[in-house]
Amino acid sequence: MSETTNIYSSLYQQSIEKYGASDPGFISKLREDALNLLTKNGFPGKKDEQYKYSFLEPYFSNGYNRYLAPKPISFDVNHLFRCDVPALDTQVIILLNGFYFDKANPLKTLAGGIIVGSFKEAVKKHPDLVEKYLGKCANSTDSYVALNTALAHDGIFLYVPKGKLLEKPIQIINVLLSDEDLMVQHRNLFILEENSQAKVIVCDHTLSPVKFLTNSVNEIFVGENACFDYFKVQNEHNESVQVSHSFINQEKASNCRSTTITLHGGVVRNNLTVKLNGEGCENYAYGLFVSDENQKVDNALFIDHAKPNCHSSQLFKAILDDSSSGAFTGKILVERDAQKTLAYQRNSSILMTDNAKMNSKPQLEIYADDVKCSHGATVGQLDEEALFYLRSRGITESEARLMLMYAFAFEILNEIKIEPLKDRMSELIEKRLRGELSRCNNCEMHCS
Amino acid sequence: MLIIKDLKASINNKEILKGINLKVNAGEVHAIMGPNGSGKSTLASVLTGREYVEVTHGKVSYFGEDLLEMIPEDRARKGIFLSFQYPIEIPGVSMVNFMKTALNEHRKFNGLAPLSASDFLKVMRDKKNLVEIDSNLTNRAVNEGFSGGEKKKNEIFQMALLEPKLAILDETDSGLDIDALRIVANGVNKLRTKENATIVITHYQRLLDHIVPDFVHVLMDGRIVKSGTKELAYQLEEKGYDWIKKEVYPELNGNEVL
Ligand SMILES: Nc1ncnc2c1ncn2[C@@H]1O[C@H](COP(=O)(O)OP(=O)(O)OP(=O)(O)O)[C@@H](O)[C@H]1O
Ligand SMILES: [Mg+2]
Repeated sequence: MSETTNIYSSLYQQSIEKYGASDPGFISKLREDALNLLTKNGFPGKKDEQYKYSFLEPYFSNGYNRYLAPKPISFDVNHLFRCDVPALDTQVIILLNGFYFDKANPLKTLAGGIIVGSFKEAVKKHPDLVEKYLGKCANSTDSYVALNTALAHDGIFLYVPKGKLLEKPIQIINVLLSDEDLMVQHRNLFILEENSQAKVIVCDHTLSPVKFLTNSVNEIFVGENACFDYFKVQNEHNESVQVSHSFINQEKASNCRSTTITLHGGVVRNNLTVKLNGEGCENYAYGLFVSDENQKVDNALFIDHAKPNCHSSQLFKAILDDSSSGAFTGKILVERDAQKTLAYQRNSSILMTDNAKMNSKPQLEIYADDVKCSHGATVGQLDEEALFYLRSRGITESEARLMLMYAFAFEILNEIKIEPLKDRMSELIEKRLRGELSRCNNCEMHCS
Repeated sequence: MLIIKDLKASINNKEILKGINLKVNAGEVHAIMGPNGSGKSTLASVLTGREYVEVTHGKVSYFGEDLLEMIPEDRARKGIFLSFQYPIEIPGVSMVNFMKTALNEHRKFNGLAPLSASDFLKVMRDKKNLVEIDSNLTNRAVNEGFSGGEKKKNEIFQMALLEPKLAILDETDSGLDIDALRIVANGVNKLRTKENATIVITHYQRLLDHIVPDFVHVLMDGRIVKSGTKELAYQLEEKGYDWIKKEVYPELNGNEVL
């Protein structure tokens, strides 16, 4: 066992001693299996194919503090947090350092029997529901996922029963606030039964100048004919490291969109795994990151077309400045049964300097014969012709560059279907490209 | 206004302009005609400051200043405007934002306050009428999906907004239907004053019926080989370029391609 895995197996022992008795059996089993997997495989090494561009073990071995229950910390939600997007009518829920914040109402039941709140509380109150889904989607052999399964104690739980519609989008704010370097792991479980609909918006925020390490897992079940829209904006400071995993399982004729915009972060690795597990599904995945200094952003997708007549489309874009680096790996698997598959993937990146680097690797693996698939990757500079056109009308070179970068990003922004969110993101991206801090205007915290 | 003296320029070490001399005064319209590939657009590129054209010899002065020393955006702000032969599409940049930014850069340069959004829209509406451009076009991204003729009209619309001192129209007539040609030419004529000048690059006499030139120059193989009045354009229309070739290069007997 490596030193790094040692840290977590002793943390696991503590977890068993403290919470083992209250964890339901299926959770204990999942945790134990996960820990065994982790100790057996260890963390992905430098040569690991899946994590080729993100060797993260050193971060996981570092001196972060780790907690199994929330550490008391003074945080006045009303005073501090006004990061709501104007005119965006959402239900805001907060995770503070990975734990559900609103202790007074850990789990709410809304109209129509929709349940939303703390994952930990859901395990207690609705163990059957949790058991039916937990770990069914995130069943990979990824060591980071195993680590999360073994040790995550809280997160968000959302359950939308058959035929129900979540009126307002849920806005999850991941607040990281600490006076010491901190590792955070949360587990989110989103369950949409057949014919249901929901929208979830996630914002990450680091509010203190300490080092943060996040390892999160989302499991998303989209039932037959259900419709799910997931939007995430990552906005952490340069000293933060995050590995995030989203697993989406779609049943027949369901529709799912996911968008991840990375405004800021030190080291970011996002994994998106989609399984189209019923006929006639649609899945749209979008990603955009803007990086500078020495930031590293790595997006890895795996889209599994398991059933016929599904449509998937992935568009990921990046603007890299200074010495930042990025990676994109997008694998589309079309299984033997999945006839009439339509799958499109595109990754394009702009390098603003000679020192910025991007590795792009779209991949297609097709076992069905009647399919339409395409993929493509471009890495380049801003279009000189366009730049000249703008300058020839009197626009300064720097402003012209900015306009073109923004235009490049706009293709992703334009896919945000919630108008006020789109406006706000456009504003944040523009500020980011101008090199200004891209925190929300209304937020009183002076992060990053 | 503009004095070009023995200008030589190369692209990838290949000499394209081989000693151009031209003087343009305020209030004048100059037409430049000449066979394909003779260097007309290259001359426009030099005047607007394209980097891929390397000036190897000669001088260009613009209102007494050394034009070749200026960066493209300064040239534009000092009144040089090129209507591109092939306007480029820029997806994601809206016409409104583009023109508002450009106009306000001009205003800033001239010590004027930026226009408010509503004032800008008003100006835009006026100029749109001038070139009879469809409102839909100005609501879209720059040239994105515009037809060939629409792109050309859009160039003149931009010219109308920026009110240049020296406008260079590079084959603005190509791709325009008969009505559009008249509208565009009328637009250009309405923008003419005693203070500004226009260089019209064209292959066809037709445009010069509408925008009547004071001088017509023939550019051939990187040189202005003949200059005259608008009558010269009629002669070219009728007889092509061969007779000039014979006149200028009698040793070729008009047989060889330059
Ligand atoms: N970017 C470039 N790279 C290489 N050669 C070029 C480039 N631009 C122009 N040339 C060459 O320079 C010469 C002059 O081209 P230019 O576009 O100036 O001709 P033109 O007179 O405008 O022709 P036309 O009437 O067809 O528009 C041509 O031989 C052309 O191939
Ligand atoms: Mg030309």
